[in-house]
Amino acid sequence: MSTTLRPAAASRPAGEPPRGRAARRTPAHQIRRRLTPYGFLSPTGVLLIILMATPIIMVVWYSFMDGVITSDNPAFVGFDNYLEVLANPVFYTAVRNTFVFTGISVVAHFTIGLAFALMLNSPLLGDRTKGLFRALYVLPWLFTVAIVAVLWRLLLNPNGVVNYIFGSLGLTDGQTEWLANPSSALLAVTFINIWAGYPFFMISLLAGLQGIPRDLYEAARVDGAGAWQQFRNITIPQLRPIIISMALLDLIWTSQQFPLIWMTTGGGPINATEVLSTFTYKLAFTSYDFSLASAAAVIVLLLSMVLAFFYVRHQKGRD
Amino acid sequence: MAVTTAPTGRPDIDLRTPPPQRGKKAALLAALVVGACFSSLPVLWMLSSSFKPNPEIFASPPRLVSETFSLDAYVAILTDTVKLRFFANSYIIALSVTVLTLTVSVLAAYAFSRYDFRGKKTINVVIISVQAVPPITLLIPYFGLVVALRLYNTYPGLILTYMVFTLPYAIIMMTGYFNTLPRELDEAVKVDGAGPMTALWRILVPISVPGLVSVGVYTFMIAWNEFLFALTLTRTEDMRTVPIGIQLLMGQHSYEWNEMMAMSILGCVPVLVLFLLFQRFFIGGMTAGAVKV
Repeated sequence: MSTTLRPAAASRPAGEPPRGRAARRTPAHQIRRRLTPYGFLSPTGVLLIILMATPIIMVVWYSFMDGVITSDNPAFVGFDNYLEVLANPVFYTAVRNTFVFTGISVVAHFTIGLAFALMLNSPLLGDRTKGLFRALYVLPWLFTVAIVAVLWRLLLNPNGVVNYIFGSLGLTDGQTEWLANPSSALLAVTFINIWAGYPFFMISLLAGLQGIPRDLYEAARVDGAGAWQQFRNITIPQLRPIIISMALLDLIWTSQQFPLIWMTTGGGPINATEVLSTFTYKLAFTSYDFSLASAAAVIVLLLSMVLAFFYVRHQKGRD
Repeated sequence: MAVTTAPTGRPDIDLRTPPPQRGKKAALLAALVVGACFSSLPVLWMLSSSFKPNPEIFASPPRLVSETFSLDAYVAILTDTVKLRFFANSYIIALSVTVLTLTVSVLAAYAFSRYDFRGKKTINVVIISVQAVPPITLLIPYFGLVVALRLYNTYPGLILTYMVFTLPYAIIMMTGYFNTLPRELDEAVKVDGAGPMTALWRILVPISVPGLVSVGVYTFMIAWNEFLFALTLTRTEDMRTVPIGIQLLMGQHSYEWNEMMAMSILGCVPVLVLFLLFQRFFIGGMTAGAVKV
């Protein structure tokens, strides 16, 4: 990529005078040319200052004040809000739940996404068969989270079809309150998130698989490598950059998941599915304590920035 | 072999396939069907429930096709002006976000793709990392800002804030697309005395339609699906979008499951249509953006 990013001027040997009409370039022209890219970037810059820089400064400032938004003259309280958040046992429940929810989701997204991508990429299948199954496998990804949430509330209802199937197979008594029972709620929302999210992995891995040169496999076959060896020594190393990118993006996004949990369990029962985003949201818009919520929001931001650091480093390394 | 099975398209066993391969293929198809059940049966159930009268939603044993097939749920949604307003709001907001995002991102992508300038790497890193900032962190100051700017409960309030999600991705994807186009194209116009704006809008943009489509579709989807900001930055029923409308249905009186499912089906129509129309662009563009920044 870096090769195509070089400026046009750089491709001309140094010292050689520019040809054609460009020859009448004066210093004013050069300054204008140097400023042009900033001109093109200015709408983005303005938007990022309004939508990103300002809010982050504001939320950090809020987190050191007491009674922001709700009170007319908030007082500076230093780290009190942070101490209060860190002393709240629900915060630690939310951290633990976020880790469980995110960890299981990402591993399952990867496993299912890779398995489906490998099946769809099999040379044993005709193009039509592939197209049909690919469309079916992408389906969950086409529904907004709000739809996914109501759909699974219907399916997992105590009188719903999942309980009917489990009950008639004799696996449960057929009356499980999947989302309302503290012992199953977190796993149930995680399962829903797995269902909704694996296609993103699958599509990217499928594109990656199609980009692996066939002669690599042929060479391996000539050397007597079996299917498993080909998978371990060709497929996985070739997909590694995609896998790392997707895993980091998925970690970032899943750890920030809000609507799915909000619409299925609301963080309950008894905080069983409370994650950092629902915890923060409730502080702000249920308790109207925007100062405490800001402190929690800054903590969430710092955790995300750790992941972002690895993501940026990985992306830059690939250029 | 793929060629021999492709025209029929039936997932059956090709007799010309050598015997050991045939066993493998049968196993593969069995696995594919199991996977398809996992991915699609819930969706099928949603579709079937939307055609049931509400009392039959939890009928035991469950029936995929109800005896009393009815379109009542769809009629109820489509004749209710409040719910139609949810759809109108979602379309207005998502389309505005798409147009604005495309315009701003094309300009930025042009700078990234065609110029070298001081601070380029830093700006690039900022744009990549902006994608990782949690929406919940932005929500609290946005609430303060939007109220202060009198944009609370308005279209511009949502349109503006949605751009924080759509813009970074769009810039990265568009830059990637422009990088695939030879620079001689726009340099040629510039040698003839035209400015960079002409080069961009007259030369690059017209030949970038596939890139614009995939960025546009993706942007539309993000805006159409957004939940958290729509929930918090609007208040009255006439400003609510489809995802919030679905949630409101869930809170209202008794659960009208059939109506919720019908609204969900209607709510995924635009995304489904876009996906079917632009599948190839879409998957290609999405992976290009997500995978090689």
